[in-house]
Amino acid sequence: MKQEWAGFKTGNWEREVDVRDFIQQNYTPYTGDATFLEEPTNNTKKLWDNVLELFKLENEKVVLDAETKMPSTITTYGPGYINKELEAIVGLQTDKPLKRAIMPFGGLNVVKSALSSYGYELDKDTEKIFSDYRKTHNDGVFDVYTEEMLRARRSGIITGLPDAYGRGRIIGDYRRVALYGTDFLTEQKQHEKKELDFSEMNESTIRLRENISEQIRSLKELTQMALGYGFDISVPAKNAREAVQWTYFAFLAAIKQQDGAAMSLGRVSTFLDIYIEKDLKNGVITESQAQEFIDHFVMKLRMVRFLRTQDYNSLFSGDPTWVTEVIGGMGEDGRTLVTRSSYRVLHTLYNLGPAPEPNLTVLWSVNLPKHFKDYCAKASIDTSSIQYENDDLMRGHWGDDYGIACCVSAMRLGKQMQFFGARANLAKALLYAINGGKDEKSGEQVGPEFAPIVSEYLDYDEVVRRFDQVMEWLAGLYISTLNVIHYMHDKYNYESLQLALHDKDILRTQATGVAGLSVVVDSLSAIKHAKVKVIRNDTGLATDYEIEGEYPAFGNNDAEINKMASNLVKNFMTRLKKHSTYREAVPTTSILTITSNVVYGKKTGSTPDGRKDGEPFAPGANPMHGRDKKGAIASLSSVSQLPYTYALDGISYTFSIVPSALGKTAEDRISNLVGIMDGYFGDNGHHINVNVFDRETLLDAMDKPELYPQLTIRVSGYAVNFVKLTREQQIDVIHRTFHERV
Amino acid sequence: MSEVVGRIHSIETCGTVDGPGIRYVVFAQGCPLRCMYCHNPDTWSINNPNAMRRTVSELMPDIIKYKSYFRATGGGVTLTGGDPLMQKEFALELFKACKQEGLHTCLDTSGYSRVDALTKTILEYTDLVLLDFKSINPDTYEKVTGFPIERTMKFAKYLSDNNIPAWALFVLVPGLTDDEKELKDLAAYLTTLKNIERVGVHPFHQMGAYKWRQLKLDYQLNNAPTPTPEETEKVRELFKSYGFVVR
Repeated sequence: MKQEWAGFKTGNWEREVDVRDFIQQNYTPYTGDATFLEEPTNNTKKLWDNVLELFKLENEKVVLDAETKMPSTITTYGPGYINKELEAIVGLQTDKPLKRAIMPFGGLNVVKSALSSYGYELDKDTEKIFSDYRKTHNDGVFDVYTEEMLRARRSGIITGLPDAYGRGRIIGDYRRVALYGTDFLTEQKQHEKKELDFSEMNESTIRLRENISEQIRSLKELTQMALGYGFDISVPAKNAREAVQWTYFAFLAAIKQQDGAAMSLGRVSTFLDIYIEKDLKNGVITESQAQEFIDHFVMKLRMVRFLRTQDYNSLFSGDPTWVTEVIGGMGEDGRTLVTRSSYRVLHTLYNLGPAPEPNLTVLWSVNLPKHFKDYCAKASIDTSSIQYENDDLMRGHWGDDYGIACCVSAMRLGKQMQFFGARANLAKALLYAINGGKDEKSGEQVGPEFAPIVSEYLDYDEVVRRFDQVMEWLAGLYISTLNVIHYMHDKYNYESLQLALHDKDILRTQATGVAGLSVVVDSLSAIKHAKVKVIRNDTGLATDYEIEGEYPAFGNNDAEINKMASNLVKNFMTRLKKHSTYREAVPTTSILTITSNVVYGKKTGSTPDGRKDGEPFAPGANPMHGRDKKGAIASLSSVSQLPYTYALDGISYTFSIVPSALGKTAEDRISNLVGIMDGYFGDNGHHINVNVFDRETLLDAMDKPELYPQLTIRVSGYAVNFVKLTREQQIDVIHRTFHERV
Repeated sequence: MSEVVGRIHSIETCGTVDGPGIRYVVFAQGCPLRCMYCHNPDTWSINNPNAMRRTVSELMPDIIKYKSYFRATGGGVTLTGGDPLMQKEFALELFKACKQEGLHTCLDTSGYSRVDALTKTILEYTDLVLLDFKSINPDTYEKVTGFPIERTMKFAKYLSDNNIPAWALFVLVPGLTDDEKELKDLAAYLTTLKNIERVGVHPFHQMGAYKWRQLKLDYQLNNAPTPTPEETEKVRELFKSYGFVVR
């Protein structure tokens, strides 16, 4: 046994990379309450004040500082500090806190336009290198895109594609660096490469051998980066502080190399708890120090920054990075995976105040310890900073060592990745069915030309028949487009560090997504149960609809409408599955919009449900605002019946409730919120964002943002500082259904 | 026998203040009283044309969808209104069906109803009564509701005599129901009942005023203030001093 491993229980983990086995052999489940937790140390308070000061400066300028010359790699920058004397955990993305790096390998245009929108100019030499000598992912994709793909992209029927920047949604198993050190990991990778020596040298073997070579190189760079800070991570971490530091270094290297849309952390707290418990038991550290390590680590995670364009910001408002960390859950053997460190991570919401990042995600099981459930509910009520996902549902698919990438995408850590594919606008697809493949806004023939519907009133069967045709076309085009994107991303912008922290043979998913679920379901219901009259413009294009009569809307737990929604998801998923994918990725889909529901709505004309041209969609799988008239539980119950097996990339529901509607006393509110989650997840709901506040607070924050620097709200799949949202999105959030009762 | 049709104003699936846990709340249409501070005057008329008409066998399949939430919170079904005792046959059938499903039942009423055989049978299927005490002073009661207090008193006595668990609810309206002597009299009276598990003190609010305007009704509390948290807390303390659990 390596000397750093002294005191740990042995297992398969010593012989090969098997972090799960290490956790299972060594962790200490915790079923007690939160009374052991400690306040922030003086150093933590001082350091956090420094960071808050920086945040304030950043808020005034949006971007505090940006690199203009050196493309970011793992080793571009030497060590950087906030305040070296105070920092228990060190490491910055660039040489200065909150300074944004440039990553032109994904695409040069994004870097250029982002820099110029914040008053910076890209260095001429750097620009020349990436224009004349070095091709980018973005260049590659546009070399291959077909006319049809370009049209679909322009019209917004497929949007948010990662074709101009890092794709993200890959989680390196950062814990491996702490447990094994980079030497051991490098040896493993060399061994994996050797295994391929006698394979036929076809395209897939060649690609994989090149991948592994790049992975090995990135591990070397990671080691070098850490040495700059004075740490030798070629060997395993030997104590709690090193375990946190090594894990953070691995994550830091990933965010120096990649600016993917979501750069998630995985599932580190219970892993780190093993080291903390060992040190506590040996009297090497105190609880206060243990909390300090976690507080300082989380502080760093709150400082992750990427350079984004204005367009990107309007799609995903509030500067999200999706440093998602999952907490809790149950093991396959029935023991809870909640440890004291699960509490410590959540406790940062009190020690440092509420914050959108890291994206704290509690894996809920009806079997979680009661004290832990209560603590989570309390923290949600106090901070609105937590999202919850159904561990009982996901464990069956992904085991008990999965993380969440971005918002709702589950993946086995180090054993699975996804090819992120944003989403298709199903509401627009429905309009294409009515308009014979023509875009309702531009009149352009985007989809295949087929006969439009010409009747005055929409006929349900006819609309459904045409809609099926459009979905068939859309599914094929969508998968083809993603194939292009991910082929090129692997080729020009490969995530060598993150993939170095994966096994050689991994499961890849082709993660598609859909937007506008409730708009489509309500439209179909209106066409079926009311009369929908078509208003056409002088070119015959259907541009508006008049509804005569009433229709049952999604969100009221009507059995027929729930089934309509489920069938829609199944229908589209089944069509996606027909197509072959790059690297044999398994197609999945998500029902998730993040904040892009506003932009999707803007790009989509009036719909037969009564939604007017340009009005926002509901976020994720939410019912449309104000149409869920039977209260929160009916709404939750409707969403919980969407079939996860057909939407394995996740189903997002955002729940907002005023405190008084949750119960009269603090205890009632906690027990009711716990009950809501036990009920929702017990009924197979997948995900829920929990917001607890009054609308008045948000209105006040719009007027006086300076008074609410840390006001955090959960939107679809992530959290944001409310004051950082665009005004449009603030209004959208305020208009959403707040469950309340007089 | 044809099934009873309930006239229902609305349904709320996330009731958290109408009995224990999370509750499926059925707002029945129709009320005998005309309380000055009513925040749902649109429930008064039994003949409101906007009311839904549902039989119990139509409602039950919807209710049992939420069993997992009831189980998780110790919740159940609350029948309120209006006053559900305006539709006694419907109330009885609903509660019978709920008990068959093993659901906790809660009846929210002003008690302004004859304790007849039908009422007694309903109460056999009722786990908890939320009894709305407008005032203990007969004059104030009549001023607030427009009707005399006797029926409510008889109803309360019946609940006590038969040990039917109840929460006494009280709305605090400054200048109308906040007389200290009356509050003490009410608390003292409640101590004579054997079945009061909890007292709820609800501060008056103006959120129902717009409904009065919509219905073109004469709203007399336009200038009534909402009690401050301190004032509400003081009244809660008063009830606590009589040994009640107060929310």
